[in-house]
Amino acid sequence: MYIIVVGAGKVGWNLARELLEKDHEVTLIESDRRRYLTVEQELEHNVTYGDASELWVLERAGVQRADMVIAVTGDDEDNILICQVAREKYLVDQIIARVNNPRNRRHFDLLGIKPSVSATDLILRLLEHEVPEYGLVHLLDLQEEQLEIIEMLLGADSRVTGRRVGDLHMPEGSLLISVLRNGKGFVPTAETVLEEGDEVLAVLDPGKEDQLKVLFGPEGEEAVA
Amino acid sequence: MLREGHDVSCLDEDPESHARLEVGLEKSWEDLGGQFTVGAGLETEALLAAGIEQADVFIASTDGDNTNIVIAQIAQKRYRVPTVIARVLDPLRAEWYQRQGLQTVCPTRVAIEMLEGAVRDASNRDGEPDDNVTEAA
Repeated sequence: MYIIVVGAGKVGWNLARELLEKDHEVTLIESDRRRYLTVEQELEHNVTYGDASELWVLERAGVQRADMVIAVTGDDEDNILICQVAREKYLVDQIIARVNNPRNRRHFDLLGIKPSVSATDLILRLLEHEVPEYGLVHLLDLQEEQLEIIEMLLGADSRVTGRRVGDLHMPEGSLLISVLRNGKGFVPTAETVLEEGDEVLAVLDPGKEDQLKVLFGPEGEEAVA
Repeated sequence: MLREGHDVSCLDEDPESHARLEVGLEKSWEDLGGQFTVGAGLETEALLAAGIEQADVFIASTDGDNTNIVIAQIAQKRYRVPTVIARVLDPLRAEWYQRQGLQTVCPTRVAIEMLEGAVRDASNRDGEPDDNVTEAA
């Protein structure tokens, strides 16, 4: 694939390096002269100097034949515009944009710039994953499809430990899709008996988390479902 | 525009720029009916505080092309402001976004046309086209 990466900061530089190692053709565009000269020592002809929000810079980098444009500069407006122009003027199939300020995400969505990746959001997710008090981890938000996938770890005190999946009163709009046990995943049947330490994955309509949290949580709290 | 009787609301990141608005005015900006909000154009709260929901016209004229194009599209698509104008210095992008339905004003293009006009006038006065125009960049 031919991939244009815009912004040779930590993200862009490392991304370009990884992509090159995977044998993709890559052009990295950097608008800061000093940064460009630093990166150029390693990446040589794979990095080019210029402001990618100017059309001629993108054209010089061969945007017309690019399969993918990834905008990871530190400026959200730049990332939006670079992706917008790449897709709508140069008909690039695949774009990816970095969101620096999570509050700007709605602007990316409004202008149809997706997928967009926010490091802050990723770190928040990781935090949820690493801090068990959260109990339930968002793995994926399918915004368009109005679905979420979450992961829950079953403790010894969970009200579903030792019970058959078929006996669970799963809330409407939710479905148990997978069980991870001793490092292996499988799709549960009605006969599957849940054990302590199981990590269960469920797909659900947004807003059902609380009901699932109660259902899979410790005994004592009244189940809603 | 305030003098012409419009209600004008300015949004700027820099509180100091309020003083610039009042240069040459006999009364304060607010006394003349103007509004001034401090904030960034991408901040929803700032746009709302500046009254974007009531606006008939939205003009994006910060010193950054990219900021102007993004904010102008937000004004167009999220807030449905009937008339939206963006200042875009880069002639190529001004032209392209204009074709995409965003009204743009390109000061670079205007300056080039004025300079060309001035050169043309000068050479007409000489009675013959001047082939030795020296451009200062």
